[in-house]
Amino acid sequence: MPSKLHVLPLRVNGEALDVAAPAHWTLLEVLRYRLGLTGSKQGCDKGDCGACTVLFDGRARLSCITLAGDAVGHEVVTIEGLVTAQGLDLLQRTFDEAGALQCGFCQPGMILAARACLDRDPGATREQVKEALASNLCRCTGYTKIFEAVEMAAREGRTAQRGGPCAGPVPPLKDPVASGGGAGAPDRRP
Amino acid sequence: MSGARGGRKPPTGPPRMPADRTDPLTHVRSPNRVFGPQPPGERFEVIGRRMKKVDAAGKATGEAVYTDDIVLPGMLHGKTLRSPHAHARIRRIDTSRAERLEGVFGVVTGAEMPVKFGVIPWTPDETALAIDKVRFVGDPVAAVAAVDEETALAALELIEVDYEPLPALLDPEESLRRGDLQIHEGNKHGNVTKEVLLEFGDVAGALAASDFVVEDDYFFHGTAHAPIETHVAVARWGADDVLTLWSATQIPHYVHRELARVLDLPAPRIRVIQPHLGGAFGGKSDPFSLEFCACKLAMKTRRPVKFLYTREEEFYVHRGRHPMKMHLKSGLTRDGRITAVDSRILIDGGAYSSFGLVTTYYAGQLLTGPHDIPHYRFHSTRVFTNKPPCGPKRGHGSVQPRFALEVQLDRLAELAGIDPIEVRRRNFQGANTTTVNGQRVTSNAFDKCLDRVEEASGWKARRGRLGRGRGLGVAGSMYISGTNYCVYPNDMPQAGIQIKVDRSGLVTVFSGASDIGQGSNSVVAYIVAEELGMRVEDVRVIAADSDLCPVDLGAYSSRITFMVGNAAIHAARKLREQVQAAVGAAWGVPPRQVALAGGFVFDLEDRSRVLSSAQAFQLAEAKFETLGATGSYNTPNLGGDYRGGTIGASPAYSFTACVAEVEVDEETGEVKVPHVWTAHDCGRALAPVLVEGQIEGSAYMGFGEVFLEDHDVDERGLHRRPSLLDYTIPTSLDCPEFHAAIVESLDPEGPYGAKEAGEGPLHPTIPAIANAIHDACGIWLTKLPFTPARVLKALQERARSGAASDRDGAARRGPPARGG
Repeated sequence: MPSKLHVLPLRVNGEALDVAAPAHWTLLEVLRYRLGLTGSKQGCDKGDCGACTVLFDGRARLSCITLAGDAVGHEVVTIEGLVTAQGLDLLQRTFDEAGALQCGFCQPGMILAARACLDRDPGATREQVKEALASNLCRCTGYTKIFEAVEMAAREGRTAQRGGPCAGPVPPLKDPVASGGGAGAPDRRP
Repeated sequence: MSGARGGRKPPTGPPRMPADRTDPLTHVRSPNRVFGPQPPGERFEVIGRRMKKVDAAGKATGEAVYTDDIVLPGMLHGKTLRSPHAHARIRRIDTSRAERLEGVFGVVTGAEMPVKFGVIPWTPDETALAIDKVRFVGDPVAAVAAVDEETALAALELIEVDYEPLPALLDPEESLRRGDLQIHEGNKHGNVTKEVLLEFGDVAGALAASDFVVEDDYFFHGTAHAPIETHVAVARWGADDVLTLWSATQIPHYVHRELARVLDLPAPRIRVIQPHLGGAFGGKSDPFSLEFCACKLAMKTRRPVKFLYTREEEFYVHRGRHPMKMHLKSGLTRDGRITAVDSRILIDGGAYSSFGLVTTYYAGQLLTGPHDIPHYRFHSTRVFTNKPPCGPKRGHGSVQPRFALEVQLDRLAELAGIDPIEVRRRNFQGANTTTVNGQRVTSNAFDKCLDRVEEASGWKARRGRLGRGRGLGVAGSMYISGTNYCVYPNDMPQAGIQIKVDRSGLVTVFSGASDIGQGSNSVVAYIVAEELGMRVEDVRVIAADSDLCPVDLGAYSSRITFMVGNAAIHAARKLREQVQAAVGAAWGVPPRQVALAGGFVFDLEDRSRVLSSAQAFQLAEAKFETLGATGSYNTPNLGGDYRGGTIGASPAYSFTACVAEVEVDEETGEVKVPHVWTAHDCGRALAPVLVEGQIEGSAYMGFGEVFLEDHDVDERGLHRRPSLLDYTIPTSLDCPEFHAAIVESLDPEGPYGAKEAGEGPLHPTIPAIANAIHDACGIWLTKLPFTPARVLKALQERARSGAASDRDGAARRGPPARGG
């Protein structure tokens, strides 16, 4: 039987929204089933996998074990919120360039956890990155290319402002980087 | 007993010399060899470059639509009632109270879908929901569609099932003995699902003549795929009586066929679509209960229905790596040549057949390379148990015996006093040869893989000099690039591609292949862009939709790059020739003088004469009518001339060498793995970034199986760890540094020379770590997983047996300590 609904005044991706949802719903349920923000994924629904990670006042947080009501008065950013009129977030580009995306299911959460890490410490070391991503399980990559993507973003982030314009499609015939497990394509930002 | 004894006559004469290592490019031209390793133009423009994936931006932004992201108007939510018993008869099911609950729109039980199915058509033993019997805890019994998940769950509570519990068979040995207590009544031989005995050559004679013989037991535990996306399906029964199923499957074509059979619908009324998929690794390559239940309930209620399995259900649904008890006996000559391998394997199949027929063969058939084994016998037996059903997991069937063989080979090498890499070199079978069990091996760069990991790991300088508790270990392996064994016999292609050309310059490729994250859509786009001389962003791939795309058999057996890649070349080259002919005619030059590259078409003799791809397509359309092309691939006839000889026969084999470095804490039994070096012969790397990703991901998955993961049930048949908190897969903090090296051998039949990369590199990770642990502290661990307790126990046994822990050779000849 459908449950009684409560109106929750939320702030999601910079927008004020009044959302009607049952009191026991999690933030993940509200994001996916009320707001259509399906970039936040459900992999376990009990806080084990990290696929539902969102930014909660700028810190990585598991939306599947956060009650939607607890998000009232806080700033929530989902993976969709990283895309602005200026284009993709730097990490969204470097995950692509480093080849960190296989099935992609863990990536929204992974990118947001990495964003929180770099916002906290733009010069995060590999060990700090590993620590920051330890709650986000990836079953495809072995994490190697994810670390490279975050480091690539850290390098670029130190010389450019966050969230700059997307470089657009890479011309396929240019700049192949020699193979051998190194970093991916070079920075193409102006 | 179905396997034939004596598949091949024993070879005569002296031990065989290493096989001929002639250039693979000039060797073996099979009847339907498609195009081989050459580029279509002067050189490769797209292939082999570090490209972005075509779907990466969508995945990085959350735009990519996975099955659970699909919400349809009026959609109901389905839930499954599962058996609490490991083995029981169902006396009665009463769903009437559930049906009366407000918000419930439909309930379905097994009696409404009595047709048995199975991914292998010879062994259909599953029904969508249990009918008269449940065979493991978690066996689906009834399903409900309701207005929301909570209502559906409440309805499950109202379904009354009267069970008559039966004794549960949870151990494969017991299951083998208790033929009287059949898990599947009517099964031919007790609880045996498949038994294969094949002998090639004179194993007993060769072992008797060996200078060294080692015989011991190994155990490989069960492990799960644990993709981050669980199983999920959405079904809609349209007003036009077309049933559409969106499913997280890696075999949409087989699902399509089985839906038609089980639901008794004409196949043309069914459309199966595989949206973006959140990981599979073999775990989504059976038809599953939720696909049938979503469809049936959509048909009953005339509303769309979604089923999303919970993480707990995912662990029970399983189809993971088969636990195997393996007894191996192998021999070596004084100069380090393998004389024979004899293996006996008991395979714990769980409650249903799944791919088990193939598993039983693969456990033996895929062991005969890259080492030359002149005499070989295997006897593998798969039995049913009352446990979650096992199936294919990355490296299907051969990861387990590969562990045993590679560890045993190191034991033999130690007895002979030969370096573990050197012993593998001496037994390298070479390219262009036939294995003892009749498999045709063409390209083979395993020797170069060994060189790469030897060099990268600093083997020569570092092995034996790392200090107490630290060591290096090596292992090698081979794997198939697809198989010529199609699960249902037919003469049609295994893979198909269809291309549509737009006047705007856009090319749309319809691919049957399932992109499960490995990047098959990207590879198809790269190949078509290469052939038509286009920019990749002007090639769009639409995949895995049975209404739109030609048939491909699915993402299993590491077949897609090889087969769909060849089909894509086949289709695109037809168009390329049309474009060359049309432009050549317009310019008055021979077609071969017309080059296609980078979004342009130009005259090789006069480079100032240039057209855009779009202009060239328009010329071709004017000359040949509406443009389009199809392409396909089928394997040549392969395999040994004996029953089962085609199982494991592949148009090409990949090869891998791996070195692992370990640090064993002899106080706690904990093992750290700082580095894993994996070199993989994938033919030509069409997309090096994707190949590296497959190598790293494979090594990662193997690493997890060694130390962390264990899929097991307790004495009641309850899963011991049905969550990602308890079933520990490696986190970012657990992982070694994975070093991936690509070795290119250019296969004569692969697309541009490519072979597989997705499964092979997993195999040697596990024995390389086992062998490194031996190098570090002198213990042979033979039972997985290597928990601290097992390591400690082996260390204590070593101490008790008096073998010294230093690297002294005399001490090492003492009786070996055994793992747990």
